[in-house]
Amino acid sequence: MHECIIPLSLLSMDKQVILHPKQVELTINRLCYQLIENHNQFENTVLIGLQPRGIHVVTRLKKRLEEILKKEIKCGNLDITFYRDDFRRRERPLIPSATNIDFSIENKRIVLIDDVLFTGRTIRSGLDALLAYGRPKNVELLCMIDRRFKRHLPIQADYVGKTVDSLVSERVSVEWSEMEGIDQVLLYSVEANG
Amino acid sequence: MDNLSVEHLIGIKDLTRRDIELILDTATSFKEVINRPIKKVPTLRDITIANLFFENSTRTKLSFELAEKRLSADVVNFSASGSSVKKGETLVDTVNNILSMKVDMVVMRHASPGAAKFLSDRINAKVINAGDGTHEHPTQALLDAYTIREKLGTLEGKKVVIVGDILHSRVALSNILCLQKLGAEVMVCGPTTLIPKHIGKLGVLVSHNLRAALEWCDVANMLRIQLERQDVKFFPSLREYSMLFGLDKNMLDSLSKEIVVMHPGPINRGVEITSDVADSKQSVILQQVENGVAVRMAVIYLLAAKIDRQ
Repeated sequence: MHECIIPLSLLSMDKQVILHPKQVELTINRLCYQLIENHNQFENTVLIGLQPRGIHVVTRLKKRLEEILKKEIKCGNLDITFYRDDFRRRERPLIPSATNIDFSIENKRIVLIDDVLFTGRTIRSGLDALLAYGRPKNVELLCMIDRRFKRHLPIQADYVGKTVDSLVSERVSVEWSEMEGIDQVLLYSVEANG
Repeated sequence: MDNLSVEHLIGIKDLTRRDIELILDTATSFKEVINRPIKKVPTLRDITIANLFFENSTRTKLSFELAEKRLSADVVNFSASGSSVKKGETLVDTVNNILSMKVDMVVMRHASPGAAKFLSDRINAKVINAGDGTHEHPTQALLDAYTIREKLGTLEGKKVVIVGDILHSRVALSNILCLQKLGAEVMVCGPTTLIPKHIGKLGVLVSHNLRAALEWCDVANMLRIQLERQDVKFFPSLREYSMLFGLDKNMLDSLSKEIVVMHPGPINRGVEITSDVADSKQSVILQQVENGVAVRMAVIYLLAAKIDRQ
């Protein structure tokens, strides 16, 4: 999701920790075991992270899955810029990130991964972008945070780190130690006097 | 996230270094797109683009058309032969008639220098110059810069020599401006008659000795002799030109370092460049053509982002 890109410091916002570092670790661990439940040894399964923030979730899942299964897990990054439905509805054009899928997805089981599921529009674009690479056997969706009741499209996740009920005016930010210095999930809300 | 500083692509002259880098960076993403199993993205599905070619073209026209189609734009093509231009219609009338069919962007090649600027001042659509006479050919310069950057990593501090008919070449002018904005050093090389008198004012070096120029450079861009624009003889014979300024394999192999050989096409094999050089591993001529589609997709994408939604 792109909401993390908004310069939060510029807004008068109150922040609240939804998941602290230990909880993030536990959540990733649980998601890994849920994936293993459905995908066994990952013989025909690949993880695809949506650029720019979903790839950090993939990195964590891959690391933990490889520790548990003691084998390499295939992963890729997918950029959805050219598939978005808000081209020319923004001030500036979106500058794409890299797509890196160095294997065929034909007949593979795909787990599409993002940090926050909100309106569902990013995932819709992601599905379109993914199909440009071939015809997978099936596609599942995993997200760290599900902001439910705020969907614009009929899209639901198969694996959820944490479900959050939030207002549209609020922001959810999933932060990673390699980017922000700490693993945590924050909820920013506009202060009453702000 | 960034935006182009211009509303139309008339020439490299109007672009900032940041604009050029933005176009080249965006082109990298499109190059990945055109190498996918499905080489098409839906981004411009509500945009209509007219390709107006008042002058002959193979590569540029095909390249633009492919770029537009791979962005899912609707495309209409127009070429001057067999059109009402032959019946005396003016350029603005022709274009306004086409625009009244709700066209958002115009890609134009025209024999008159300044035609693209003229048009952009008078019509309500984005204009991309696909070559205006001997003036500019911005997308060629951008794809040349992209190809050099891809091959050498950067243009900063690189030495590029442009060899041949500089006087009649829009590619030369656009290339000089683009390469200099990206920090490269540029030299032009050719017979005295085909080098504009005041070209030194652009800050380029001038040489009339091909071997010396090639020893100096990292990249050699070999231009075609534009016989169709030459109303008087600028040199005694093509054979003599080829002997003095044509690049052959012996010359290429005898240089003290390996250089990159480019050519904007169409090639006159045996005149400015021999077949074995054109097909050698040092030549990036076909990469230039492939990169052309990606660079044009980037230009169209970035300009289309500026079209108002009615």
